[in-house]
Amino acid sequence: MNELRHISRREFLKRTGQAGGGLVLALTFTSGCGRPGPEPASKGAASVAPNVYVNVRNDGIVEIICHRSEMGQGIRTCLPQIIADEMDADWDRIELIQALGDAKYGDQNTDGSTSIRNQFDLLRIAGATAREMLIAAAAAEWGVPAAECSAREHAVHHEGSGKSAGFGDLVDAAAGLKAPTEAPFKSRDDYRYIGRSMDTIDGFAFTTGQAIYGIDTVLPDMLYASIERCPASGGTVVSFDDTEARAVSGVVDVIKLPDPTSPVLFNVLGGVAVLATNTWAAQKGREALQIQWDRGANGAHESQAYRKALEKSATSSGKAALTRGDVDAAFQAADRVHEAVYYAPYLSQAPMEPPAAVARITEDGGCEAWACTQNPQAAQDTLGATLGIDKEKVKVHVTLLGGAFGRKSKPDFIAEAAWLAKQAGRPVKVTWTREDDIRHGYFHSVSAQFLKAGFDADGNATGLLHRSCFPSIMSTFDPTASGPGGFELDLGLLDNPYDIANLQIETADAKAHLRMGWLRSVCNVFHAFALCGFVDELAHVAGQDPRDHLLKLLGKPRQVDPADDGAKYTNYGHPLEKHPIDTGRIAAVVEKVSDMAGWGRALPDGHGLGIAVHRSFLSIVGSVAEVSVDTNGKLVVHDIWMVIDAGTVINPDRVTSQMEGAAIFGMSIALHGEITAKDGAVVQGNFDTYPVVRMSEAPDAIHVHIMESTAVPGGVGEPGVPPVAPAIVNAYFAATGKRIRELPLRNAGLT
Amino acid sequence: MAIELTINGQAVSLDVEPDMPLLWAIRDLAGLTGTKFGCGKALCGACNVHLDGQVMRSCAIPVSAAAGRKVTTIEGLAADGNHPVQVAWRELNVAQCGYCQSGQIMSAVALLERNPNPSDDDIDAAMSGNICRCGTYTRIRQAIHKAAEDRS
Repeated sequence: MNELRHISRREFLKRTGQAGGGLVLALTFTSGCGRPGPEPASKGAASVAPNVYVNVRNDGIVEIICHRSEMGQGIRTCLPQIIADEMDADWDRIELIQALGDAKYGDQNTDGSTSIRNQFDLLRIAGATAREMLIAAAAAEWGVPAAECSAREHAVHHEGSGKSAGFGDLVDAAAGLKAPTEAPFKSRDDYRYIGRSMDTIDGFAFTTGQAIYGIDTVLPDMLYASIERCPASGGTVVSFDDTEARAVSGVVDVIKLPDPTSPVLFNVLGGVAVLATNTWAAQKGREALQIQWDRGANGAHESQAYRKALEKSATSSGKAALTRGDVDAAFQAADRVHEAVYYAPYLSQAPMEPPAAVARITEDGGCEAWACTQNPQAAQDTLGATLGIDKEKVKVHVTLLGGAFGRKSKPDFIAEAAWLAKQAGRPVKVTWTREDDIRHGYFHSVSAQFLKAGFDADGNATGLLHRSCFPSIMSTFDPTASGPGGFELDLGLLDNPYDIANLQIETADAKAHLRMGWLRSVCNVFHAFALCGFVDELAHVAGQDPRDHLLKLLGKPRQVDPADDGAKYTNYGHPLEKHPIDTGRIAAVVEKVSDMAGWGRALPDGHGLGIAVHRSFLSIVGSVAEVSVDTNGKLVVHDIWMVIDAGTVINPDRVTSQMEGAAIFGMSIALHGEITAKDGAVVQGNFDTYPVVRMSEAPDAIHVHIMESTAVPGGVGEPGVPPVAPAIVNAYFAATGKRIRELPLRNAGLT
Repeated sequence: MAIELTINGQAVSLDVEPDMPLLWAIRDLAGLTGTKFGCGKALCGACNVHLDGQVMRSCAIPVSAAAGRKVTTIEGLAADGNHPVQVAWRELNVAQCGYCQSGQIMSAVALLERNPNPSDDDIDAAMSGNICRCGTYTRIRQAIHKAAEDRS
């Protein structure tokens, strides 16, 4: 099977056949944040590759290699926009090739909203150095100084002589050259594609059923596998009877997988696999298995009792992670104090395409896999460890991802396919059912948070305590991890932007009982829910308008550094000088989104507006929701306004679509999302018991504004989610006077 | 056993267990992967196809029920991929990950066949069986209105 390729629709229709001979040369590459390294190509090549991201063919097509995974965020459109722009390549003459997992590309982990914010410069360098290499080739051919030549519209031009040559015609001349390691970037004024809403590059494939996802891969002689896993996380198979399973028509084999490891990592989760000639036979055979389980150490996990323990822990005492002033003294001196406990449940990412992968063992003892993975290099690592082979012998093809939201960062499902392929001696496709996905994933943390504020006589907040308690994602990698730790505190907890003289941020321990993982915006989801809800509470306690109060609490424009208050804060891997916590920019977002929503206008009876703002992944998003409660007690979300300051943006329409999607994703969290456990097992199983927002609940409109900015890019895929649920909860309070402090709202009888 | 049916205008004979859901017969046996698996329980609409012109959830009907009937999948909607609904979807860049969009488009086409000028409420009623986890609902509404306008 070929790598996932894209050619523009026009090219597709124009060309009669695939132009072969494209040769992507291997290049040295030093590190994830390094620069594309040069390597001379040989003369007479059909193509020339200035770096690992670009290959210019002599038929004039510029191949752009996309080393990031497409899961709906639009990176397969935005990445070539950047490279083609810096190259001055024509959009209609590029062909997009999806990269294999390979360290030569640097960081491929499509996670943390990093593709643009961490790699904008890298991609510009890739385009600019390719451009300069072609210019140098033309200059040498024409015997003129390179400085007199320029690239424009897929060709190099020399103004003095009027000479010009298309990129494809320069392949031979460029073949003996080394690409420079640095080149000047174009000025913003000269951008052709950056900042423009280019159509989604896969739009034709998406609308015609031709897009290939992990679940769609088919290999000759392939078996289809369905796996029954222990209901409780970490449990093991005691014994099993596969007699009836083997009797199902189409079933070829039944294979027990290795028990789960400790730490669980991204390894296979154990269980028993049924392998068959089609998916249905595998699923039917699986249903016929008789398995005795040992539910293991987590077999007694039960959500109601666990909630009580979390809330007790959150309201008892904590470990200080940030201390500004003296909150206890502030509370003692306060005119009034106000406190609250916020609770949010486990969530499942539930991408529409469940985890699915195909693997085969190659003739040389290596492994080749096709998967909807966010992180093909982690897949190489995990498959290598699973099979006991070098990761260099693991080839991972990245298909399109039918949604991911963090779930597909974990290559456990690919490891299952690889391990089964080795046992079966044939290629194997593993397809998770929806129930598998919802019951056996890597879960978003359940959390309890305690917040307490003190006020002076004028209603100004003088002290704030925020204590967060949740089982840590670190438990996936370290079984002794207990409670929030490391990067989790950076996600909406330590980066509190409010101008309060006394601030204490604490954590409280919680032991994990399910596989923990990240979900779109991670801990920012529950931290923003609690903090933005509590800040709204403070406005009402103080008798102030929530928007005005929010602006007052943000204080005068300034840059916040949590280290000033003793916190270890990593700012998503970037220095604060480059990506500050800038309360002026946050306030500007609050003003813009509230103005768009007509804050303060007369509303229909029973309607309310709620506002929330949150900075995450180096971008700021403000949300306003307009809600009402209908006569049946059902919450209706009429409109949502979303304003994002993400610095420089590449494709405004893809940013807009991410804000629209974040509004719906946030609504699902607010209204519906809840995973619970009983006897160690997840209770929910499909979209009936784990509902998500449907068309009938979607707002009338989602109004999006992108702040004009020349600042360096921030993240986009995740930052829209955190403010949505608190905006809805705050709007519900405005509409009804009732405060909600737990999610989902359906537990409050509102859906 | 052999089940005879027509898929996208082509007569096919599938050697298949009669209780196999039409979805898996289409995907694993007929080799058409545009129709997607999302839930297996008739809850999400990712697997929607047309059976004799009616939109159906292919994960919830046995292949035997399609015997002698005409199945249309996303691949068979228009030979050139330019059904007005597909065109409208592209013009509004509806898709994010794209996975659910085959089923969304099959539902939208069926809606417009029976109601050429649907209101927002009509759209909500017809499309609420299709889940999009990326959250493209507001664009789907717009694209259906646009396709309705373009057809009229």
